[in-house]
Amino acid sequence: MEYFIESGAKKWEVVLGLEVHAQISSKSKLFSGASTDWGAEPNSQVELVDCGMPGALPVINKYCVDQAILTGLSLNAKINKMSIFDRKNYFYPDLPQGYQISQFEFPIVGNGYLLIDDNGKEKKIGITRLHLEQDAGKSLHDQDIENSYIDLNRSGCALMEIVSEPDMRSPTEAAEYVRKLRSILRYIGSCDGNMERGNLRADVNVSVRTKGQPLGTRCEIKNVNSIKFIQQAIKYEAKRQVDIIENGDTVLQETRLFDPNKGETRSMRGKEESHDYRYFPDPDLPPLLITDKTINLLKDTLPELPDERKNRFMNEFKLSSYDAEVLVNDKETANFFEQVVANRDVKLVVSWITGELFSYLKINEKNILDCGVSSTKLGELIDLIADETISNRQAKEIFHDYLGSSQNAKTFVKEKGLVQVSDMGEIEKLANSVLQENPKMVDEYKQGKDKLFGFFVGQVMKVSKGKANPKIVNEILKKKLDS
Amino acid sequence: MTNFSNLKISSAIKGLKNKDFTSLELTEFFIKKIEENKNLNCFITNTFDKAILMAKSSDKKIQRDENIRELEGVPIGMKDLFCTDGVRTTAGSKMLENFIPFYESTVSNNLWNAGAVMLGKTNMDEFAMGSANTTSYFGNVLNPLNPNLGTNDLVPGGSSGGSAAAVASGLCLASTGSDTGGSIRQPASFCGLVGLKPTYGRCSRFGMVAFASSLDQAGPITHTVEDAALMLQCMSGFDTKDSTSSKKRTPNYLDFKKFNVRGKKIGIPKEYLIDGLNSDIKKVWDEGIGWFSSSGAKIVDISLPHTKSALPTYYIIAPAEASANLARYDGVRYGYRQSGKDLRDLYQKTRRTGFGKEVKRRLMIGTYVLSAGYYDAYYLKALKVRKLISKDFEDAFNGCDLIFTPTTPNVAFPIGEKQTDPIEMYLNDVLTVPASLAGLPAISIPSGYNKENLPVGLQIIGKPFDEISVLGAANLIENARGF
Amino acid sequence: MSIDNSTVRKVASLARIEIESEEEDQLINELNNILGWVDELQKVNTQNVEPMLSVFNESMPMREDSSESNYTNELILKNSPEKKSGFFVVPKVIE
Repeated sequence: MEYFIESGAKKWEVVLGLEVHAQISSKSKLFSGASTDWGAEPNSQVELVDCGMPGALPVINKYCVDQAILTGLSLNAKINKMSIFDRKNYFYPDLPQGYQISQFEFPIVGNGYLLIDDNGKEKKIGITRLHLEQDAGKSLHDQDIENSYIDLNRSGCALMEIVSEPDMRSPTEAAEYVRKLRSILRYIGSCDGNMERGNLRADVNVSVRTKGQPLGTRCEIKNVNSIKFIQQAIKYEAKRQVDIIENGDTVLQETRLFDPNKGETRSMRGKEESHDYRYFPDPDLPPLLITDKTINLLKDTLPELPDERKNRFMNEFKLSSYDAEVLVNDKETANFFEQVVANRDVKLVVSWITGELFSYLKINEKNILDCGVSSTKLGELIDLIADETISNRQAKEIFHDYLGSSQNAKTFVKEKGLVQVSDMGEIEKLANSVLQENPKMVDEYKQGKDKLFGFFVGQVMKVSKGKANPKIVNEILKKKLDS
Repeated sequence: MTNFSNLKISSAIKGLKNKDFTSLELTEFFIKKIEENKNLNCFITNTFDKAILMAKSSDKKIQRDENIRELEGVPIGMKDLFCTDGVRTTAGSKMLENFIPFYESTVSNNLWNAGAVMLGKTNMDEFAMGSANTTSYFGNVLNPLNPNLGTNDLVPGGSSGGSAAAVASGLCLASTGSDTGGSIRQPASFCGLVGLKPTYGRCSRFGMVAFASSLDQAGPITHTVEDAALMLQCMSGFDTKDSTSSKKRTPNYLDFKKFNVRGKKIGIPKEYLIDGLNSDIKKVWDEGIGWFSSSGAKIVDISLPHTKSALPTYYIIAPAEASANLARYDGVRYGYRQSGKDLRDLYQKTRRTGFGKEVKRRLMIGTYVLSAGYYDAYYLKALKVRKLISKDFEDAFNGCDLIFTPTTPNVAFPIGEKQTDPIEMYLNDVLTVPASLAGLPAISIPSGYNKENLPVGLQIIGKPFDEISVLGAANLIENARGF
Repeated sequence: MSIDNSTVRKVASLARIEIESEEEDQLINELNNILGWVDELQKVNTQNVEPMLSVFNESMPMREDSSESNYTNELILKNSPEKKSGFFVVPKVIE
């Protein structure tokens, strides 16, 4: 679906490229043995390299290298057998060495791509490169009026910087890209994708142009840490740029921040001089050489990736592209689905997981792993719907209570007295009484007011206190009314 | 009290084992000598209490004949570039005037684990940048070998001036130095001592305050070749904390005694016969060549064509690496801090006052040669010339086993000379820098005197990791010279 | 290539070293001298020569992924000129 900003007579195309920083879920940091645990006391997970002490030297973490290779492989990318670490030099209090160890000219991973679902169509988003680098520490600015406080626990943590080609053209595409990337990272386990904690964050490059024109000046919106904010930031920034150009001015190439409270981007202050990072190869680290053997060994450990799984779901379970995409987005959810769907009606299982279960998880702010709902528990309930012991609607009503109870589905439903009335005779009796009590309506229906059928169904459900099997009610009423 | 001045380590070890004297006696002797020679200014920090404790502990071991380590009870000086746990480490700078590391460098740790006794931290040029020990924040070091006795003080050389002067004046049995462009060899030459710069990667750089990472190497400054071998044995070896530490096995360096120069080819590079080479030095060089040939070695004329490009190459690469290595000295986490009106001001004032003139000059050069627009013409160019210089040696070693040159173009000069133009001072390193750029092992061996009775050192350069041949050849000179 | 006043100020700014205007001229002289001298390298033919990144020819050693935080908050902050509540303190940074 095409996205344009229409202004006056012109249609403006939005060109987007994303640089995503993903923190590797390793136990220790990229070049030091300090712990990466969340929530520790300030400056308690700091080794010499992480606070730039005199004489400190970096030694690389093998696990981080492996994760970068695995991520590259899952992005269909070229693994560079020789890569080099460079020093990116600048002064900032959360950068204790006065330089960041990163990769400039020779990154560990080269060109790749990932696929996003564009309303049922597949779109390929190119990936330029992936490289390893150190994260910086954290600065707290609101503890004190005159000072900033520095915590170096995060300093030195391993980041993968994943750079996309400027292939996206709408906020939705950008959102899908991040969603897909996050899903892939979580599948292979190289990053937990927790955006709230900042373990996954995006720098969004936005420029606008009219069709056929060369690329416009781009602005970079830094450190956006939610998919929703990414979309909002793009919408605001694109419009801002269009307005500037339409006013006859030129867009300034600059770095900006997104303010989620105002929904606006603003220029980063104090960036008058553009950074001259004076990159040069880090003399403390030899070139990183990777063998084919290593790459192949790692390749063999790759799990079934989201796209593969999606295709398998579509083939095996005849799911629509949309449903399959939703289910495979999260590995645990996909696993859960496969457990529940075994020997059960696919459509029913899909609707219950993506409908009731997802909304249950959302309301309780839980995920599929920690919500305490087993595949058996859900499966049993679905079985009762399938064999018509209860109706779909009844099941929905009792769902939250059922999940909270320790009883099995059969017992729970029985004790609640919810067993559906499916006895033909009983329902005939109820249908007869409803029709008898509403003769005027019956006449109106017979004269063509078809809408009244729903009224009769509703009445039968009402007198049966919701227990009548709706399918049978429909059948019987139809027989009686249409005869 | 016995006069232990100019005692060799090898004799000290024998004497201690034989119980001719104790480590405590040795240590107390040196402590007294240090106090009597404060005017030489060899030490920045004395660790007398600690030394006595260490000596007593060594004596206990020797008494019980238990577990006597290679350097048990041997009192030495430690260049103030090596971080010593709990003991102030300044690198000769105001920036680290009050810095007390809570970790130990690998090289110093190795020496303490071998039983050596720490008398104190020796004076040095600030951040190892200098060739005369005239840039230390803690004052100049005087060369004890001053024939004029007190008038017209001479420099001891640098940057390991304090280390060399301390050994030469009998304040300790040996000391450690560091060599980036000649900082062990040149002061050894000026003070009539043996100074060894091992192959790059032979000794760990962990805990050494970094100046130029691809050049820095730790090494011993001693009275004799055997002492240098004993010190090197303990100092060297693979370290997992240094990514540029060599995994090559450390041989028994005392095997240098088995080295026979007969049949070996000694290369004499014509480019080292530089303009302005002191005639006395040339005479000693020729004499040295004579000792080799009369011992059965073959003298071969060789060419190292890019020799004269070595010094400019060094003065691009070393300052460039230093500009990044010294960026961590910003007043935030340790060291000197001068407050400013804001963060940037804090940085600028701290570094203005905390660093001396020579350091600031080199940081400016280093920043400039890495900056946008100049990187290719300077830094990248220098890396290419480095390759040529290294290849010169590689090619030369196809036709010879060792290379024999003077260490310095001149002898120890008066303090105050060569201070008008920085380049004058840089020219001191012209003969030592090439081996540094190529990462080769090189030793300076005292070989004679000039007309004023000042020591002249000659340099022997070897193939990578062939310290045994280098020591062996130096040993020949030591025996041949007759003093 | 030679340095002028604006370049020296730019370089000093990148290096975060304050230079007083009185010092500028002398520094420019010294730096120009040094740069003029290292410019000698321009005469060297380096066509087809690979830059030598390091003299170290061995492989990159790698660490196992186990966390060993040896240093407590107290040690890390021990030498800090200004600290509070476990943090390093600097003048306020505005983003």
